[in-house]
Amino acid sequence: MSTNPIIEMKDMNKWFDDFHVLKNINFQVNNGEKIVICGPSGSGKSTLIRCINRLEVHQNGKIIVDGTELTNNLKHIEKIRAEVGMCFQHFNLFPHLSIVDNLALAPMWVRKESKKEASERAMHFLEKVKIADQALKYPGQLSGGQQQRVAIARALCMKPKIMLFDEPTSALDPEMVKEVLDVMVSLAEEGMTMLCVTHEMGFARQVADRVVFMDDGQIVEEAKPDEFFDNPQHERSKEFLSQILH
Amino acid sequence: MVYKFTKNPEKRTLPRMEAMAKWMKKNLFSTKGNTVLSLFLIAGLIKIFTPIFTWLFIDATWIGDAAACREGSGACLAFINEKFTYIIFGPYPREEIWRPALTMVLMFALLWWSKEPSRWSKKLVKWWAGFVVLGWILMSGGLGLAPVKSTSWGGLPLTLVLSFVGIFISYPFGIALALGRRSQMPFIKSMCVIYIELIRGVPMISLLFMSSVMFPLFLPEGVSIDKLLRAQVAIIMFISAYMAEVVRGGLAAIPKGQYEAADALGLNYFQTMRFIILPQALKIVIPPSVNTAIGMLKDTSLVIIIALFDLLSTTKASLKDPEWLGFSVEGYLFAAFIYFILCFSMGKYARRLEVEFHRGHKNREVNI
Repeated sequence: MSTNPIIEMKDMNKWFDDFHVLKNINFQVNNGEKIVICGPSGSGKSTLIRCINRLEVHQNGKIIVDGTELTNNLKHIEKIRAEVGMCFQHFNLFPHLSIVDNLALAPMWVRKESKKEASERAMHFLEKVKIADQALKYPGQLSGGQQQRVAIARALCMKPKIMLFDEPTSALDPEMVKEVLDVMVSLAEEGMTMLCVTHEMGFARQVADRVVFMDDGQIVEEAKPDEFFDNPQHERSKEFLSQILH
Repeated sequence: MVYKFTKNPEKRTLPRMEAMAKWMKKNLFSTKGNTVLSLFLIAGLIKIFTPIFTWLFIDATWIGDAAACREGSGACLAFINEKFTYIIFGPYPREEIWRPALTMVLMFALLWWSKEPSRWSKKLVKWWAGFVVLGWILMSGGLGLAPVKSTSWGGLPLTLVLSFVGIFISYPFGIALALGRRSQMPFIKSMCVIYIELIRGVPMISLLFMSSVMFPLFLPEGVSIDKLLRAQVAIIMFISAYMAEVVRGGLAAIPKGQYEAADALGLNYFQTMRFIILPQALKIVIPPSVNTAIGMLKDTSLVIIIALFDLLSTTKASLKDPEWLGFSVEGYLFAAFIYFILCFSMGKYARRLEVEFHRGHKNREVNI
């Protein structure tokens, strides 16, 4: 593998009060790599990716994103956040702004682009997620799947180098999961560096370069998807897979 | 209840009278019990309101002097007629009354213009700033106008100035205090908490007293600050604390996900507040902030204790005219009527704003 990781975590630890949620994490992601993170609920997988754009603060160890170390330095945090896009389980679109304004806001104020430029790119990405005809509607008027696609487009408008997905399909009705996964697959095909917390094992097999299995705040197993699904090494991985694959 | 904006086809096909009959049958006379109850209540209402109506309009003495009023059995509207100028304008010099009148007209015109949210812009703020300067010159004199001391301002213009200026200026202060109270910086947070709790913990009267009695003691000799200005500052300080708590309620109602999404996009604190959090929070708190504003408008009548003549004070003063003793009911009804018009319009406007801002929620349903 390349010796030039875009995300690097060294001996990283995090606590919620007395609860040790991430234990001694050593983890690297290379440029262009697609990672699927899975594990039982409460295993720390969401917290792990939320540390990458500092929605959660780690207490010790190092996190280096694209050459910049995450510390309390606000400048560094803002720089990293502008380069790391994120999609949430509950979309978190801004309900008081139209779809196109949801997309254009951050480029205009963080990247200091003109309104015209930002709106044009917003429309470009809305085309890409096949939702341009809804541009003037408000988030509440769209279905869950449409909202999640808008959320992906919103993150892409910032031209991120890395995309984080925090269970992007868990809050969707089953018939809407595919439209969101399709967008994620096409994003992966374009070479985006992606970290996805998801239980969509089909997606993991199709797209992931590496599956990371977490349990109890630790990375238990890292493997290529085929190896992981067909021949899990660890006892806890086996147990987890038997539960989700029935 | 959630209503959808769809028209009921039944309603449109029926002629008006028939529709009314149908409505009455459905809502007033649906069962025997309801019919009895409805008739009983209607009779009660007639019983109560007929004498009031008769007293206020039919038997009323519209014009004439106090003696004519005392002969008549109805309300003495001649009293209002006689004292109208004093109640509305207070001790302002009679020959200059066109000045506060013009100020009020300008203010209402500007308020009317400002009521459409689509017109809210920096330009409008400048218009208002211009109005404040112009209004100040009109009221206090200068540029060829005879000077009138603020102690002889009074009546409705004074009430309007104290309350509207108080409400408008305290709103941004309230927002700043609310944000400060939710701040993660301990010093700012504790300062805001102390301010809010201190001001909320004392009655407005005590603040007004301090502004008029205590504050001048701290000024060096020879320096004095206009009494009206001091009262206005006290009122702004007071309303700000209340507005802060109202706004804080709105901030608390915004889901954490909105902050996270803004953070994840790289927006900084001020951008997040300005574009994401405050627009949503302030929309939520329209009803409670108007509630506070209405309360504050009425509370400005407390300035009577520091000898400023607001609307209620001028009404009280007119009642003391020895020639017109004994018409306090009419006087207070008149003052109440003006307060009611002001407060009711504010409430009505707030409901309109709520509807206007209510967009983006599923299928444009409106929840009132």
